[in-house]
Amino acid sequence: MDWLRELARRLRMLIHRRQFDAELEEEMRLHLELRQHEQLQSGMTEGDARAAARRRFGNTTYLKQESHIAWGWEWFENLAQDARYGLRMLRKSPGFSAVAVLTIALGIGATTAIFSVVDATLLHPLPYPQPEQLVSIEDDLPGVGAQDVGMSQPEWQDLQRSGIFEYVSPTWFDENNLTGSSQPARVRLLIVAPNYFALLAVKPQLGRAFNPGDHSPGLTPEVLISDGLWKRAFGGDPHILDRSIRLDTDLYRIVGVMPQGFDAPGRITEERNIEVWAATSFYGPPMSDHPPRSGRNLPTAVARLKPGLTIAAAQSRLEALVAALQKEFPEDYPKPSAWTVRLLPLKERVVGNIRQSLILLLGAVGLVLLIGCVNVANLLLARASARGREMAIRQALGAARLRLTSQLLTESLFLSLLGGIAGLAILFCTKGFLLRFVPDSLPRLNDISISWSVLLFALGASVVAGAIFGLAPALHAGRVDLTHSLKESARGSTGSGEQARSRRILVVIEFALSLVLMVAAGLLLRSFRDLVNVRLGFTPQNVMAVRTRLPFPNDPKTDTYATPAQEASFFRGLLRRSRALPRVEDAALGDTASIPLDESLRDLKLIAEGQFLFTVEGRDIQSDEPAVVERSSVTPEYFHLLNMPLLRGRPFDESDNDRAPQVAVINEAFARTYWPNQNPIGKRFRNARADSPWITIVGIIANARTESLAEAGVPKIYLDLYQTGGKRLAIFLRGHLDTAAIPDEVREQVQSVDPALPVFGAQALSDTVSASLSERRFSMEIVALFALIALLLAGLGIYGVISYLVSERTHEIGIRLALGAERRSILQMVLGQGLGLVIVGAAVGLVGAVVVSHLMTGLLYGVRPTDPLTFVVVALLLIGVALLACYIPARRALRVDPLVALRYE
Amino acid sequence: MHRDEIPPGTLYLLILKTLARSGEMHGYEIANSIQRISDDILQVEEGSLYPALQRMLVKGWVTAKWGTTAGNRRARYYQLTAAGRKQLNVEMSQFERVIGAITRVIEAV
Repeated sequence: MDWLRELARRLRMLIHRRQFDAELEEEMRLHLELRQHEQLQSGMTEGDARAAARRRFGNTTYLKQESHIAWGWEWFENLAQDARYGLRMLRKSPGFSAVAVLTIALGIGATTAIFSVVDATLLHPLPYPQPEQLVSIEDDLPGVGAQDVGMSQPEWQDLQRSGIFEYVSPTWFDENNLTGSSQPARVRLLIVAPNYFALLAVKPQLGRAFNPGDHSPGLTPEVLISDGLWKRAFGGDPHILDRSIRLDTDLYRIVGVMPQGFDAPGRITEERNIEVWAATSFYGPPMSDHPPRSGRNLPTAVARLKPGLTIAAAQSRLEALVAALQKEFPEDYPKPSAWTVRLLPLKERVVGNIRQSLILLLGAVGLVLLIGCVNVANLLLARASARGREMAIRQALGAARLRLTSQLLTESLFLSLLGGIAGLAILFCTKGFLLRFVPDSLPRLNDISISWSVLLFALGASVVAGAIFGLAPALHAGRVDLTHSLKESARGSTGSGEQARSRRILVVIEFALSLVLMVAAGLLLRSFRDLVNVRLGFTPQNVMAVRTRLPFPNDPKTDTYATPAQEASFFRGLLRRSRALPRVEDAALGDTASIPLDESLRDLKLIAEGQFLFTVEGRDIQSDEPAVVERSSVTPEYFHLLNMPLLRGRPFDESDNDRAPQVAVINEAFARTYWPNQNPIGKRFRNARADSPWITIVGIIANARTESLAEAGVPKIYLDLYQTGGKRLAIFLRGHLDTAAIPDEVREQVQSVDPALPVFGAQALSDTVSASLSERRFSMEIVALFALIALLLAGLGIYGVISYLVSERTHEIGIRLALGAERRSILQMVLGQGLGLVIVGAAVGLVGAVVVSHLMTGLLYGVRPTDPLTFVVVALLLIGVALLACYIPARRALRVDPLVALRYE
Repeated sequence: MHRDEIPPGTLYLLILKTLARSGEMHGYEIANSIQRISDDILQVEEGSLYPALQRMLVKGWVTAKWGTTAGNRRARYYQLTAAGRKQLNVEMSQFERVIGAITRVIEAV
């Protein structure tokens, strides 16, 4: 602890250093006087005595300094001095300071804003204990091109027993109708294994979680609810525990309330905002008593690895298990489908989709900050040349080069810290405003905050920025040629050739960086424009979709929609009433998979409805593995309502009911894939499950981009809703609708047929289409904004350099003009200099842009990463801006009056 | 009279020993004491006592407090601490080792 006491002594000295200096002075004076007195006594004259005393004592000033240094605070005092000096310099040139601080503030503010998003989503671990042990389990069938196909109950049991995992829980996202509160509501339900909360290691805020050891058949009669549902539907009732609720008419008991801010680790927003958790061991009514190994009905699964096991180690053990199972059950795992099981960090499942976009944004904003730094460096160099004389004089008077360099660096750091603070202040003030631009689909949106790590990042970014832009001027200050600069400044001219070269290099860098950013923005812009202008193949205008949902109780006796006939009569009644609504011209029904481009349902569609494993009649089932196709069930009016033209055959009609053989309408892409050069009408296919009936193709419609805007020909089949039935329904209405009134109007109609049904999710289809682009729009807009800022900064940079060159050469230009040079050649000379810099910058930038654009291939649509048009237009735009920026100082050069210029000397 | 500069690195030793012998002293007294006891042979550049004393204060070998001299002047009196005594032993043995070695070198035939 000696060093601690020593530090305490040093600190005391630092705090009382004025008093300390005074005391030292007094002590030394006493010494000198006593000595002088002694000498006087030995008979010297007063003057001699004083001189002798001083001689014996030594150099007082030096000794005082040495004593002071003994306390080890020299660096601090230098820093404080430099900072004081820096502040004075800043105050002396407020215009320069404001521009520099503002540039850095914008750069740091923007970078920190993007970083706060990256920090919350990519860097922060998931908010569960030991998150590194949590994995998502994904089953693939690469042989038939199917990914993440889910697992079967026996496979889940195999994994549980494998010894690789602490817990494994399948998860099954579903919707349910919650009745009993004021309005029937659709709630987001997650069906999990009883060990789910033990797996995540999260405790409810009220009550208890499921018993992780429970393995009883069927669904446990207990549910946990979210904090949101508790407050919304039950008014935060503290006596909520043991209360009964009805979900799809089945009775459940609430045993726990999850804490506020608990998000389920899901891929899409819907899956993250779970409201009710129910538990089951995935066998026994309403499920099969002995679920088959081949029935992949458990769509997703999460697991916690045994402590100490890495994901890689677990993966290799898992592969051995998969191989053993394939050998044991060859019937269930046919070779061609090539079943594999993948372990993925659970965080990857939550944020994996947006990683590339976020990194792009961080890169873009980093470039903007870098360009800002280069600009400030340029300003500093310009000022340094004006301060060249000051530096030279200080050096001539004996200032150490290192001191000068460190003083300039301190000034730069001071600037950048001020900029950083201003940037953070801007960020704090505009936080709410900025968050509105973030798409809702962003995972962990609520975790975005200006946390300590974000503040630390801002501080670090400021220091690095300060070091970057302070380096060039600081190094120059250390290399001043004394004689030269003292003579030079005496003549009134400024700056050295070396400095001018540095500034030109900086401008080249700036242009190169701007070009990279602008090419990125240009490519994103083109991708986006192509996506917006893509031919949809259906007409979303004037169409609204409203969702409802029929209950699907576990107890078949209470099911009022048990048979297709019961459902069909509901569908007919609903359609009749919907058509009677004001301004409605046309109405149709479909399942949720039939809502085109609804991103919020992406996973639900895959899990519950969309993915359809099928086999085609007349093909050898052994050699031909079932394939996967998108499907939805619709009523006959659907195609007409969405303006999807029939190419061949017939649409559905009245004759297609639950007693008639099943029929399908397929799209061109599906027809071309399976019946190339044949007429598919009359051909049959069926669900891969053994007992399912054959489905006859009756019509072909044109391809439409209902699944993804970016993909033109996704094979798709449509079945007749009257034949398949459906629980999750979308009511489509076309007409000049009153979008605000529709939800209530439809609710009234639905509930007049069945008052227990929820009505929700009203959306105009054109909004759905544009919402499907929201993430792309977000990154495109931000990158474009950054590119614009970069262009502006680069323009300012070259303007600064060229004006400086012109002002430096005013004298020379004056002489040239006096000797009869043409104004045009002067203009050419100035513009030529600027152009030279830009062309070098553009050339360097093009190389960088090619690299960057290849890295972002995954974010592009319809353009190649080396799209020549984008590259050429961007390069020309940059050159245009540069010429404009040079033209202003060039004009000034032309207006030089030879007389004034020569007298200026 | 010719006076010898003190060997480098021995200033601490001299100050520590002087203080150990006489208890409290101010800077002028320390300088005089060193000079007197060495029969005027060892000459400390008197001012260099002060940076050395500051370094010793930082290290905690000595403490200082203000008092009054016989001539009724304010002076800072230095006093050895326990750490200072320990340091004196260290410096002494080090010095003796060095001197012994030097002696052996110059007396070798």
